[in-house]
Amino acid sequence: MKRVFPILGVLTAILLSYALYQALVVAPTERTMGDVQRIFYYHVPSAWTAFILFFINFGASVFYLIKRRPAADIVALVTAEVGVVFCTVVLVTGPIWARPVWGIWWTWDMRLTSTLVLWLIYVSYLFLRRFSSSGETPLLAASLAVLGALCVPFVYFSIWFFRTQHPQPVMGGGGSIDPRMLHVLLINWLAFSCFAFLVCWSRYRLEKLQRDVDHAHALESLLAPRGSVR
Amino acid sequence: MNKIYYLFAAYAVTWIIHITYLWTIVHRYARLKREIEELKKPGV
Repeated sequence: MKRVFPILGVLTAILLSYALYQALVVAPTERTMGDVQRIFYYHVPSAWTAFILFFINFGASVFYLIKRRPAADIVALVTAEVGVVFCTVVLVTGPIWARPVWGIWWTWDMRLTSTLVLWLIYVSYLFLRRFSSSGETPLLAASLAVLGALCVPFVYFSIWFFRTQHPQPVMGGGGSIDPRMLHVLLINWLAFSCFAFLVCWSRYRLEKLQRDVDHAHALESLLAPRGSVR
Repeated sequence: MNKIYYLFAAYAVTWIIHITYLWTIVHRYARLKREIEELKKPGV
C-alpha cells in the first residue's frame, strides 16, 4: 500500500496537468463568452466531485447509524471535509465567472443560494465534529449529514424547477454542449475525482492515526500513577 | 479588466484552495509524528 500511494499520486499529477492543457489549449473557445468560459472546466467538475463526496458521506453516515462502525464514521468525516473544499472551489470560481459574463459577482438566485446553504450545512457539520466534546458527536454528526444530503439533489435540480440565471445542466438538462467541450469536461472531472480520492485516502490515514494516538494517550493516563499525569 | 484575468484568477484560486488544504494535512501529519515519538520515549 505504501508504494501504491506515490504511484497514484504521480499518475494523478500527470492527469491533472493533461486536463489543464486540454482546458486551456485544446478545448474550443466559446463564441459568446470567449476564454472566460474555460472556468467551466474547473467549476463543473468541482461541483460534481463535491456532490459525489457528499453522497458518500451520506452513505457512510447511514451505515454508521445502523452498524456503529468507527471506519464508517471516519469515511463520513473525511468525505465531508474534502467535499467542503471542493464546494468552496465551486462558490469561488462561480462568481469569478459571473462577473465578466453577468456583470455581477453574485445574485440570490435558487442555484447559487442553495449551493451556499449546502456549503454552510457541511461547514456546520465540520464545526460540530471539531468542537463538540460529547461522546455522542459521531451520532449527532451522522444525523446532520443525513439531513444535509437531502439538500444535494435540491441544489442539482433547482435549475429545472426554478427560473434562474444559472446555465442549464450539461447532463440530462435542456442545455447542449459541443462534443469536444464535453470530452475536455469529462477529462477534468476524471482528474479531479482521482485527486479527491487520493486526498480522502491520505486524510483517512491521518484520522485513523490520530484516533490511535488519542487512544494511546488515554491508556497512558489510565496506566500512569496518580499525580504523574500531565 | 481583461476577461482572460478572470480565467487565470479562477484557476489560481482553485489551486490555492487545494494546496492550502493539502498543507494542513501535511502539517497535521508532522504534529502527529512528533506526538508518536513522544509516546515512544520510555518513562514518559
